[in-house]
Amino acid sequence: MNNSKETAEVTTPVNSSRRDFLSKAAVAGTVTIAPGIFLHRTAGAAVADTDVSEIEASEAADMNTSVSTRPLDQDVSNKNRWGMLIDTTRCATGCTDCVDACNEENGLVGHGRPETDTQYIRKVTLKSKSTGHELSLPLMCQHCETAPCADVCPTGASFVRADGIALVDKHICIGCRYCMMACPYKARSFVHEAVENQKLTAPRGKGTVEACTMCVTRVDNGGIPACVEACTAENHNAMIFGDLRDPNSPLSIELKKHGGKQLRSDLALNTGVRYQGLNE
Amino acid sequence: MSKIEYTSLEGKSLPYFGLLGGLAFMMLLAIGSVFYMEHEGHHVTGMTNQIVWGMPHVFAIFLIVAASGALNIASIASVFRKKIYEPMARLSALLAIALLTGGLIVLLLDLGRPDRLIIAMTYYNFKSIFAWNIILYTGFFGFVGVYLWTMMDHTVYKFKPYAGFSAFVWRLILTTGTGSIFGFLVARSAYDAALMAPMFIVMSFSFGLAIFLLVLMATYKWNNMELGDVVLNRLRNLLGVFVAGVLYFTTVYHLTNLYATQHHDVERFLLLDGGILTSVFWIGEILIGGLIPLALIYAPGVKNCRTTLGFICAMIIFGGFSKIYTILIAGQAYPLEIFPGYEVSSSFYDGAINSYTPSLPEIMLGLGGIALTLFIVAFALKVLRFLPVSLADSVADPHHVK
Amino acid sequence: MTRFLRPLLVLIGFMLLSTSTLAETPFPTIHEPSDESKKCIHPEDEMRRNHMNYILHERDETMHEGIRGEPEGLANCINCHVEPNESGEIAGIETKEHFCSACHEYAAVQIDCFQCHADRPQKYIDRSKHSSSLRDQLQRTLAAAEAATEGARP
Ligand code: SF4
Ligand code: SF4
Repeated sequence: MNNSKETAEVTTPVNSSRRDFLSKAAVAGTVTIAPGIFLHRTAGAAVADTDVSEIEASEAADMNTSVSTRPLDQDVSNKNRWGMLIDTTRCATGCTDCVDACNEENGLVGHGRPETDTQYIRKVTLKSKSTGHELSLPLMCQHCETAPCADVCPTGASFVRADGIALVDKHICIGCRYCMMACPYKARSFVHEAVENQKLTAPRGKGTVEACTMCVTRVDNGGIPACVEACTAENHNAMIFGDLRDPNSPLSIELKKHGGKQLRSDLALNTGVRYQGLNE
Repeated sequence: MSKIEYTSLEGKSLPYFGLLGGLAFMMLLAIGSVFYMEHEGHHVTGMTNQIVWGMPHVFAIFLIVAASGALNIASIASVFRKKIYEPMARLSALLAIALLTGGLIVLLLDLGRPDRLIIAMTYYNFKSIFAWNIILYTGFFGFVGVYLWTMMDHTVYKFKPYAGFSAFVWRLILTTGTGSIFGFLVARSAYDAALMAPMFIVMSFSFGLAIFLLVLMATYKWNNMELGDVVLNRLRNLLGVFVAGVLYFTTVYHLTNLYATQHHDVERFLLLDGGILTSVFWIGEILIGGLIPLALIYAPGVKNCRTTLGFICAMIIFGGFSKIYTILIAGQAYPLEIFPGYEVSSSFYDGAINSYTPSLPEIMLGLGGIALTLFIVAFALKVLRFLPVSLADSVADPHHVK
Repeated sequence: MTRFLRPLLVLIGFMLLSTSTLAETPFPTIHEPSDESKKCIHPEDEMRRNHMNYILHERDETMHEGIRGEPEGLANCINCHVEPNESGEIAGIETKEHFCSACHEYAAVQIDCFQCHADRPQKYIDRSKHSSSLRDQLQRTLAAAEAATEGARP
């Protein structure tokens, strides 16, 4: 980890304004921007003196994805639209690597009450009614472009960031749960009890609603979501993360080649998460 | 018609204080429940990540819907100029305000963060029908309050027709808004119907009038004031029309759902295999809340029987709760169709019918809302003159007297 | 005369009472980071008066615009100002010894940060046992759900 200081010096200029502050916590990552082009970039941690391993952009990022190059002192914009592609044919039944990684990343804990305990991502087992074909896939917030949760939220706490990541601003969430009623994918959980010792990058507390954040802090820092990282690291390679707006991102290329289905496409929500291997 | 004389309740009797005391006690229990729920977190309630809206919402929606309906009498008097309803307009407006207060308090106290009321008032997402509802509710207080004022203060009496009309329009919008809360939930098969809003308006007529009648009869009886059959029979007939209206809309709603193939499963669930929900639907909503009251309202044998009328109202109220319960809970108990053509299962209850067992604190909170409503009414009747001294036949409709 | 005197006396009484309780609550001392080379990003006076505005501004920017790494966020306050005491323990937000609650209790201002944010630096949080329990629980629910659908199949 300490060698990161050296790498910080060869970083892209975008981060230089913050380098003084961040250098202590900067993490190096080799990143594929487009196939064949490699460059080094620091993934700066959000604050100095934090446990860097939490927001580390992993080596796994090399393999499958395009990542954020936005300087962290500039607003997110709609130049990017972050998304995921899930190949259900590669997703192993019974494997929960992505789920475990998510729980770890976000500090989610069980209380022995499965009906009220939070789940950002879950494995769903499907069996076709006509053919009996079985498959398994991870399901989480689909990061809709026209998100029903954001439409109904009375305070604007549910919102979709300019780069397509749907979030809950827990500072202004009043816990009415209307968004949970509106979400077509049952992607959200309500925090039913007091929480302490939260992760730095995943604040969460009693009485507010939460869901998959697409690991927004990692993404901002040029990393990839924890679930994708885990799936790739275990060599399942069932998940690709990337920029839907960048035609050269591995995600877009794969989508162009083999397509990808949006769940409940009849609702025309333009989801950021797509699936392969599901029949209509 | 001669000038109507109004009076306030003396409010010094033991039963009166007993009533206030009893209601206050219920409110205390509700406050206790709220502290318990907010301190422990919502896991102590029956609500889960599957059934996210439960008993408090059933009570709140019922009270809010009924609030708009309770204003009916006043609207008919002022907008449609039906003289016979005129004397009861004040009580009708008072009840409307009290019911809305009760309902909103329940809704507020069930929030995950009720301490953030300020945020709810200052951050608005104008796309959200929920945010619009907050504005609609506030407006309702304003319009009905002004309307009451024009009724009770002779210096502004001449504005009464306008105030009455605005209140009338506003309440129609308000109920449409409440109904639309469900209408906007496109993802849930059970709520996906344009019929929701008009159905809620008819429901409000029916529930509001039933509560109004009960309050009216109880007040006049307990205070030995005269309440004639002419008034009651008018209201009873009106009630009959409304109950029939609700039944009609319920039928149409389910028939259209049956017509649309993609809704067959959820209909089948509600009407046949929903277990307790199916019983609540058939017995609570249809039988007790619809068919029996309808039969009794038009049964010649019990035409002037007040006890029967009281029972009818109570049944309609019970049926109203059942109706909102089935709409609300069944819509959530039935799993979301995310993967058509697949059987699904997961650790998050995908594809499973969710069950809901209301917990005591939730119910106490809801009952507390009702207690608050009645407390406001009882107290207001004492401090201001809402009640016509007499509603005897000769007062209500002089021409009627033979 | 007594008509004016009595309220006046009551008022004075109240003032005495309130000052005496004030005197009992010691003016809070601010925790200085043990590493003396660390300096706060703003003068103490400025921070005392305006820290909430800095934090709020930072909060909205980070949340909605994805701007990160500005020094004026809550986590940075916590990282310097919350440290273990001599006995190696960290005073949690619910105690008066916590950097934030010390003043906030004195000023009687409620804090709404720590229902969601950790009240101590990440390095002092032990998570060894947490998520494994959730993993087992999820596996169990999943197995139960699958068994249920199996059973329901004809
Ligand atoms: S999946 Fe649900 S929570 Fe996520 S953006 Fe869409 S509506 Fe909102
Ligand atoms: S629970 Fe929170 S995020 Fe969801 S709709 Fe209500 S205020 Fe918005």
